[in-house]
Amino acid sequence: MSPRGSLERERRQAYLLVAPAVLVLGGVALYPILAAVWLSLHRFILVFGERRFTGLENYAYLLGDSRFWAALGNTAYFTAVAVTVELLLAVPLALLLQKASPGRGLLRASVLVPWAIPTVVSARLWAWMFNPEYGVINRMLPGQDINWLGAPGYALHAAILVDVWKTTPFVALLVLAGLQGISEDLYKAARVDGASPWRTFVSLTLPLLKPALLLALLFRSLDAFRVFDAIYVLTEGGPANTTETLSIYAYKTLMRSGDFGYGSTLSVATFLCVVVLAAVWLRLLGREETAR
Amino acid sequence: MRHRPGLGTALAVVAFLTFFLGPFCWQVLTSLWPDGELTRPWPSHLTLESYASVLWGRPFLRVVLNSLWVATLTTGFCLTVGAAAAFALAKLEFRGRGLLLSAALAVSMFPPIATVSPLYLILRAVGLRDSLVGLALPYATFALPLTLWVLTSFFRQLPDELYRAARVDGCTPFQAFWRVLLPLAAPGLATTAILVFIFAWNEFLYALTFLSTPEKRTVPVAISLFASEHREPWGEIAAASVVATLPLVALTVLFQRRIVSGLTAGAVKE
Repeated sequence: MSPRGSLERERRQAYLLVAPAVLVLGGVALYPILAAVWLSLHRFILVFGERRFTGLENYAYLLGDSRFWAALGNTAYFTAVAVTVELLLAVPLALLLQKASPGRGLLRASVLVPWAIPTVVSARLWAWMFNPEYGVINRMLPGQDINWLGAPGYALHAAILVDVWKTTPFVALLVLAGLQGISEDLYKAARVDGASPWRTFVSLTLPLLKPALLLALLFRSLDAFRVFDAIYVLTEGGPANTTETLSIYAYKTLMRSGDFGYGSTLSVATFLCVVVLAAVWLRLLGREETAR
Repeated sequence: MRHRPGLGTALAVVAFLTFFLGPFCWQVLTSLWPDGELTRPWPSHLTLESYASVLWGRPFLRVVLNSLWVATLTTGFCLTVGAAAAFALAKLEFRGRGLLLSAALAVSMFPPIATVSPLYLILRAVGLRDSLVGLALPYATFALPLTLWVLTSFFRQLPDELYRAARVDGCTPFQAFWRVLLPLAAPGLATTAILVFIFAWNEFLYALTFLSTPEKRTVPVAISLFASEHREPWGEIAAASVVATLPLVALTVLFQRRIVSGLTAGAVKE
């Protein structure tokens, strides 16, 4: 067989091998996204079977919908605070995981425990600890009992704490992978130059860790922005919608009110926010790559 | 590296251990706490009552079987579809390779709420809405991209010479994949299977939306809806959580290294 024919055959088989995966991705992701955009241009109440094209009417309503803006604000606040705290905790945790210290093996195994626990279970577990009368948190804290999940102002922060507990391990693993990519020789050189551990961390470790940190920021902020499970189980968006995120508002509109038109509009809006967020991060990452 | 295991380090290790393990240990303790004594600061004795009432008083075993079935189905489906594609992505030359990998990554970042309304209508139209088999299909949205990324990086680690030697010996690309590279990628397949299984076992939004019959609920849905007439059954919730979580925790601790390498595969460029 000629080499050209063999290459041709290889290419053909390559397409056959990837075809099922492409079809599945198209069927469960690409088509539904386009269909969601199409649905969002309709007035469509599922139980009444009412469905008519209304153009951009839903989007006009969205812009004036204060509940949507509140949900967007909650989601942005949740994402910003949770991801910041996670990164601030993950860097020291990753350093501990890398360093040969007593208890490292145990620490390595135990950080994966919150990661492996289903989010729903972790939310239930924290809800019991947050219980205003009998929860272990109020029992340990002195002073008046706090209604963690029932008081506006507290509830969203309680949800952030649950998210931090659940996902800091994942961030730490990403940071750890970045740390392991830094050559040991650089540390030796820093030591020879007489740099203090803090100085080494600030001038050597942190700058070299920047790509890993940006990547963790990208993954985690996109993931936190779609938060649903934890908050739905903890508060269902209450009290007084102070913990309602975009996913929860969209879910309630779709499944409780059966409003597939406006519900889809909310879904598409959530999707667009994620796209914008991703574009911003990717730009920053790209600038980082070209700078090096 | 030179190190002094100072007091600060030790304290930090203890603090992190308490933070990560404390809540889970508390849940285990709650599950063993006598139900009537939950209002007290400390139990007088430990008991398995909550486990008994969860396992025999509720259809919880059924729920566990449902989750096992969905997670197994998702894993089998995504590994079958994904392994072939990952091999081609890693070893064969064709146009659109980079595009496919980026598309997979983009899909894994989709908020699931974005696709839930059309998926609901599609599954309803084909009669698979309230079915566990139907649930495994949308699970491919997050499971297949994960499979593609992790497996592609595993196939890349296998030397190209293996593939070329197989081709010189007269194998077609598919035979080279099936007979030579796939058996060598077994550890990668195992890692991917564990990750996909855990993600499918834990999924909540799709399961909550698409399943309406109580007998078909998966573990996360059942635990989120656990309730009794008068008050929250905290002891039973705790017992159910432990039953649903212990296998995962065991799996995770046992395959720690693999999971870590799988989770960070593709995330870090060599």
